[in-house]
Amino acid sequence: MLVAVYVERKLAAFIQDRLGPMEVGYKGSLQTLADLLKLLKKEVIIPQASHKKLFILAPIWILVTVIAGFAVLPINSAWLGAPTSIGLLFLLAMLSLKIIGILLAGWASNNKFARLGALRATAQFLSYEIPLGLSVLCVIVVCRNVDLSIISFQQGLDTYNIYKDSIQTSYLLGIKGLDISHIGGFFTWNIFRMPCLIVAYAIFFLTSLAVSNKIPFDLSESESELIAGYHTEYSGIYWAWIMVSEYSVLFLMSIFGAILFWGGWNTPLPNIGSLKLALYTNGHPNTYAGSIWAFFWLFTKALLFVLIQLWIKWTFPRLRSDQLIRLCWLYLIPLGLGCLLVSLWWQLLIL
Amino acid sequence: MQLRTLFHAILRLGKALQLTWQHFVRSIKARNHTNTPIYLQQEGSSITLQYPHEQLSVPSRGRYKLHNDIEDCIVCDKCAKICPVDCIEIEAIPAPDVFGVTSNGMKKRIHAAKFDIDMAKCCFCGLCTTVCPTECLTMTPEYDFSVFDVLEHNVSFANMSELEIIEKKQVWDAHVANKKMLAE
Repeated sequence: MLVAVYVERKLAAFIQDRLGPMEVGYKGSLQTLADLLKLLKKEVIIPQASHKKLFILAPIWILVTVIAGFAVLPINSAWLGAPTSIGLLFLLAMLSLKIIGILLAGWASNNKFARLGALRATAQFLSYEIPLGLSVLCVIVVCRNVDLSIISFQQGLDTYNIYKDSIQTSYLLGIKGLDISHIGGFFTWNIFRMPCLIVAYAIFFLTSLAVSNKIPFDLSESESELIAGYHTEYSGIYWAWIMVSEYSVLFLMSIFGAILFWGGWNTPLPNIGSLKLALYTNGHPNTYAGSIWAFFWLFTKALLFVLIQLWIKWTFPRLRSDQLIRLCWLYLIPLGLGCLLVSLWWQLLIL
Repeated sequence: MQLRTLFHAILRLGKALQLTWQHFVRSIKARNHTNTPIYLQQEGSSITLQYPHEQLSVPSRGRYKLHNDIEDCIVCDKCAKICPVDCIEIEAIPAPDVFGVTSNGMKKRIHAAKFDIDMAKCCFCGLCTTVCPTECLTMTPEYDFSVFDVLEHNVSFANMSELEIIEKKQVWDAHVANKKMLAE
């Protein structure tokens, strides 16, 4: 979290030819911690005309739902997160619950900017939720499972699997006959197993930008028009909670995308003949080496996606509200439906 | 047609990402401000100067804070007279006789009881250094003299103690009285 904020500040600064935080700690690395301490001791101002209970509840709600989403993420083969067989659905549900907190925050503030921001966030949510669901559904169709840990296991070596029975063989590019279950590496990642998932990932990536309220889809915040959108009235530690949850969502969506499409904790190096690179760089499940490798690969991927999202954030301008709704409803939903149909048909072919 | 515009849009978005990436890469390259002779041409795109930690080198004949070498000063009051903003305040006590010689051979006949330069008023025109006959009043390369109290900007150069001032005043008064008596 703190690292993500620091990385964002540095990246933004470098893109804009600045230096970013430099004073606190080595090259400003403790700046975020200092900011957090400052926010902790700041006075919390609750507006007189606000609905006080809901005003306090909203940031807690946002934070709790986002952190709850992390509970089901399988970090490595020994640490599979909460033992639920419907982890994927739970995560989507938590992402949807977050919007209630935003709506609460906007409504309880009794401030026109906050309310406009909350309304925009809701409209945005209604638009991006369906394409996001469709793109995730494509993965469910390919993996025939909604358990995130099984989805992760499927995208690795067959020898790496501890759920051998519930998992089908992996075919490269979805061509039957190209069995690559024993090769592993990036060949068994979902995006290479089923080529039409590239389109699904494009949809997922766009919507994940919208989920984490990042530019080009930060309509609910839009500093230039709405001051700070739905958290205009918040200060001190409540504001910090909202900010923390916003960055957590960014991270959550990156890990989620890595697990669904880019092989989760599995290594990108394949086995080549007698050179068992995939096995060397992923270890065996439930061993120390296996756990550390899995952790390393998953977080490398996730941080890479965080970097890409931040890069996009500091490059592009904000979309207009109607442009976003148009993009989601007119282009992404038909595209997602088409992608779903293609992956269904493909799955039937290689069954 | 639609596909073509889509393709062009994606291409342009890629261009934008490329541009920001270039800036990112150029900024990462560390550069050293302190010893660059050409001040605003550095490697990398960032030109931020982290002021207290790194400072641009100033020419050795920089004309910033004033300094008076009081040992060489003959208290001629020229600097105070020419100062356009009246930032130099001098209180002079004449001596009955020559009591010293400056480094360029001029005779010192007046004691400086007070030689204050208010750097808060100073406009750094340099006229006082031009008129100074002994070249004791100079401008130094020191440009960072920010203080917490504005009164601290008033720099005092006189080095006479209270006792000395009273003593010299008495000497001069006695001299004047003596002269008057002689004239009568």
